[in-house]
Amino acid sequence: MLLIPCPYCGMERPELEFRYGGEAHVARPPDPAAIDDAAWAEYLHFRSNPKGVLAERWRHISGCGRFFNCLRDTAGDKILAVYRAGEPRPDLGGEGGR
Amino acid sequence: MTQAFRVAGGAAVDRDRPVSFTFDGVAYGGYEGDTLASALLANGVRLVGRSYKYHRPRGIVSAGAEEPNALVGVERGSGRFTPNLRATQVELYDGLVATSQNRWPSLAFDVGAINDVFSPLYGAGFYYKTFMGPDLFGKNWAWKTLYEPVVRLAAGLGTAPTEPDPDRYVRYFDHCDVLIVGAGPAGLAAALAASESGADVVVCDENSAPGGSLRAETRARISGKSAGEWLEEAIAALGEAPNVRLMMRTQAFGYYAQNFVALSERITEPDLMTDPDLPRERLWQMRAREVVLATGAIERPLVFADNDRPGIMLADAARRYLIEYGVKVGERIVVVTAHDSAYRAALDLKDAGAGVELIADLREDAPGSLPEAARAAGLRVATKAAIHEVLGRRRVTGVRLAARPFGMRTFACDALLMSGGWTPSVHLFSQSRGNLVFDEGLQAFRPGAPVQRERSAGACNATFGLAEALAEGNTSGRKAAAAAGFSVREARAPGVEGAPPAFGGTLGAPAHVRGDRRLKAFVDYQNDVCVKDIELALQEGMRSIEQVKRYTTTGMGTDQGKLSNLNALAVAAAAQHKPMPEMGHTTFRPPYTPVTFGALAGPARGDLFDPIRRTPMHDWASDRGGAFEDVGSWKRAWYFPREGESMRDAVARECRTTRASVGLFDASTLGKIEVVGRDAAIFLERMYANAFRRLEPGRCRYGLMLNEAGFVMDDGVVARLAPDCFHVTTTTGGAPRVLAHMEDYLQTEFTDLRVWLTSTTEQWAVIAVQGPKARQAIAPLVEGIDLSNEAFPHMNARDARICGVPARLMRVSFTGELGYEINVGSAHGLDVWEAAWREVERHGGCPYGTEAMHVMRAEKGYVIVGQDTDGTVTLADLGLDRAIGKTKKDFVGKRSLSRPDMLRGDRKQLVGLLTEDPNVVLEEGAQITASAAPAVGSPALGHVTSSYRSPTLGRSIALALVAAGRSRMDAKLFAPMSDGAVAATVTAPVFYDKDGARLDA
Repeated sequence: MLLIPCPYCGMERPELEFRYGGEAHVARPPDPAAIDDAAWAEYLHFRSNPKGVLAERWRHISGCGRFFNCLRDTAGDKILAVYRAGEPRPDLGGEGGR
Repeated sequence: MTQAFRVAGGAAVDRDRPVSFTFDGVAYGGYEGDTLASALLANGVRLVGRSYKYHRPRGIVSAGAEEPNALVGVERGSGRFTPNLRATQVELYDGLVATSQNRWPSLAFDVGAINDVFSPLYGAGFYYKTFMGPDLFGKNWAWKTLYEPVVRLAAGLGTAPTEPDPDRYVRYFDHCDVLIVGAGPAGLAAALAASESGADVVVCDENSAPGGSLRAETRARISGKSAGEWLEEAIAALGEAPNVRLMMRTQAFGYYAQNFVALSERITEPDLMTDPDLPRERLWQMRAREVVLATGAIERPLVFADNDRPGIMLADAARRYLIEYGVKVGERIVVVTAHDSAYRAALDLKDAGAGVELIADLREDAPGSLPEAARAAGLRVATKAAIHEVLGRRRVTGVRLAARPFGMRTFACDALLMSGGWTPSVHLFSQSRGNLVFDEGLQAFRPGAPVQRERSAGACNATFGLAEALAEGNTSGRKAAAAAGFSVREARAPGVEGAPPAFGGTLGAPAHVRGDRRLKAFVDYQNDVCVKDIELALQEGMRSIEQVKRYTTTGMGTDQGKLSNLNALAVAAAAQHKPMPEMGHTTFRPPYTPVTFGALAGPARGDLFDPIRRTPMHDWASDRGGAFEDVGSWKRAWYFPREGESMRDAVARECRTTRASVGLFDASTLGKIEVVGRDAAIFLERMYANAFRRLEPGRCRYGLMLNEAGFVMDDGVVARLAPDCFHVTTTTGGAPRVLAHMEDYLQTEFTDLRVWLTSTTEQWAVIAVQGPKARQAIAPLVEGIDLSNEAFPHMNARDARICGVPARLMRVSFTGELGYEINVGSAHGLDVWEAAWREVERHGGCPYGTEAMHVMRAEKGYVIVGQDTDGTVTLADLGLDRAIGKTKKDFVGKRSLSRPDMLRGDRKQLVGLLTEDPNVVLEEGAQITASAAPAVGSPALGHVTSSYRSPTLGRSIALALVAAGRSRMDAKLFAPMSDGAVAATVTAPVFYDKDGARLDA
């Protein structure tokens, strides 16, 4: 069970308190009617699913209830950074960027 | 029976506390401190079990967790039977009742042993071949009547208990700075070093007492003291340190991410008898800042023909039985070895007065200091040995071997001790996701670089010498404490004398055993896997060790190949002429040793397994004999049978009464969300397909929620109570999902909106009063509202006072009748319900349950999301697309509605089905086809989603999703069932009051 730091609560809490929210930075197109079917399908269904660092959403559902973003290395299941929703993805530099 | 094999010594046993126990009904004596294995050996019991497949007689091989053979059931009264316990770890207590397994009618005479004769039939891949065996007489007859029952009867371990376990199990979350797994020399040295820093240290060990190999250390001196004295002082020092917890009988069985280690602690039977409030086991979910693994090493068996006969034992296990328990495993002993450490066993046994006939070393030469000491003590040492035959069946009586200098000879013996060297216990390291590296010099896998905040020390790190293990433990303890943020002093590891280094070891099978299909040279005792099975697996095309494992079952079972994995790997490598590292190794998975379901379940059983949600009116329904059904975690009143009524009768009466006069229904389980704020209406417009901006306060709308893919996700009535306040209802099961969905969009997409969401499901009790007399029924209870149809029409909501308490009264209907839903605070739910019931009763009404609700809504064609939809259904499929707010530019799911697939003409659409025979009720889930006897493989047109006997119509009705259903009106379709197809006619999905006049009464 992971320990996940909540950027709003400012502390690490066990994974039990959180709900996974899928890949982060997949913004809903501002005007869905203006994009074609392929672009909409891309938004709906396609995710990067990397082996390595993934920006993903978590919600501290049994705590503050808020969504935040997290950089996690999917290969080692290691959390590298957490940041609030709306903030840009942090640059981890060389080590975390693989 | 006397303990004929008990000799002097044995620090673990208390000679002043004799105990008696039974094994397979025979009474024996032992001492407190014995394990079941040591006590059986003391009594001369050698045959303790039958093997899994061939039912071969088996004895005790080891003295620890790695035991593959001596698995027993321990009976502690009804519901307290535990199968598959390792006798080597079962602590003896007075009155213990143990039984052997996998034999019938008795251990000594086992009918299943015939399997040994037919063993060529049970070779590698036996199960696969059987599962795919000839299908005699068709329809799986052979499998069902022949193969499976035979396999199940013949192969197996212990039987599961049939009674519920009456014991209590608890679990804890815990934290520490340094967790040390293993309280042998390395672990204790680590604990002593880490404890000085003041760090919170936990030391756990699977055994009943700390010390590990030190407990049988007879020769070495540590810091000038005997090993026993040093151990006592170390334990005392740790016991006095307030920051150290020494947890015995505690197995670290799983190592997970971020140093999360699962420990299971067992409480002894005597402790439980003294204090019945104790739990049987404790599960500790330990989060450690730093971990030191000091899990030791396991001695490997040698692979030779019939190496499984009772009396054949690991050399160091025999030494431990002697030193720790005062039990001599034989009078005439032959030692076969490829490692120096077995010479220690021979020396100790000789000192105890056992006759050591021969030490036969497989190596060319045995020059080490231990072999020298053996020779100096007058023991006969032969080298370049090859074991050709084991004599004796239920007990070893001799061994025929070739060795230098005497050639081939037979030696009589009653114990044959073996050592193939030592395998580091890297299980937990591997579970921590660390990679193993193969050490060519040691011929062993050892831990590579740590992946987590962890370090290995001692024999598990292939650091075998006592001095070296103590030093590495010391260093690891200090480093762990420092890494956890504590300041540590440089402290020297204790000095060691008299512990000469031990070298050697062999892997796999010697040449004369390989490639001979006649020999039963066991690699895996527990799964009855021989060298020839692994060779056969490779010959039949298996290549990787993972394939070989699955095909032969080597390394499976309760011991997970603790003795066998490395030998199996080496046999497979040799057969393919590949170096060991190229074969890789199988995955080490938790648990290290079997963990009881009780420990894992903890208190989560019975009433505590899952929370139960009850409405405020639950007891009223229960008192009136209401039957309940589970809906999510809710208990809902299902129907209210009167004396002598069947469910069918009761449901029919409830439907008829409601339609004729009035019915009372508990709808409290409906999900409720309060949506408030300046932008509440805009938010709901984006979240629902419907338009809400122009909905007047005091009005309700049937809201349909789509997911972004355009499919129906939830539905419910939305009432606007004020310009900035909406009372949203959801399906009973959907409330958490809908709230999470709304929060997601509110927090991450529509962040410009000022809206607040609050779950109010449990705040409101909901009393539905439905039927033509509903208005008269509630009128006496309601203050300050004109209930007339003109002033308060269908789909309106009002704040009101009902029975004197604040309420939200909604005129809504899920029955198709004139109806109201009274929302009052949960605390008033029962009072208001009882008041409403008095009125309903006065008008000849009745309470109705969820079944009647379902029937009535189906008569009206009202869908239930999740029953008539399955996540692939659109509003257009349901015929509900008129609900879509036409002028809305965007809402969640809208864009998907114009994707080509959503516009296809052959999408499944909701229709009604009326069976030709009105008495036949279709099965929900039944497939719908165009012909009565469709060809095999032809696709179905759709399926039945809801089906009931309609009391109102006096016939069966059904709803179904059927491809292009609305273009098939009046067509005859079929539901093929096992006893013939049911013919039905397609209709509109509304069966009653099609124009809805009753709603507006």
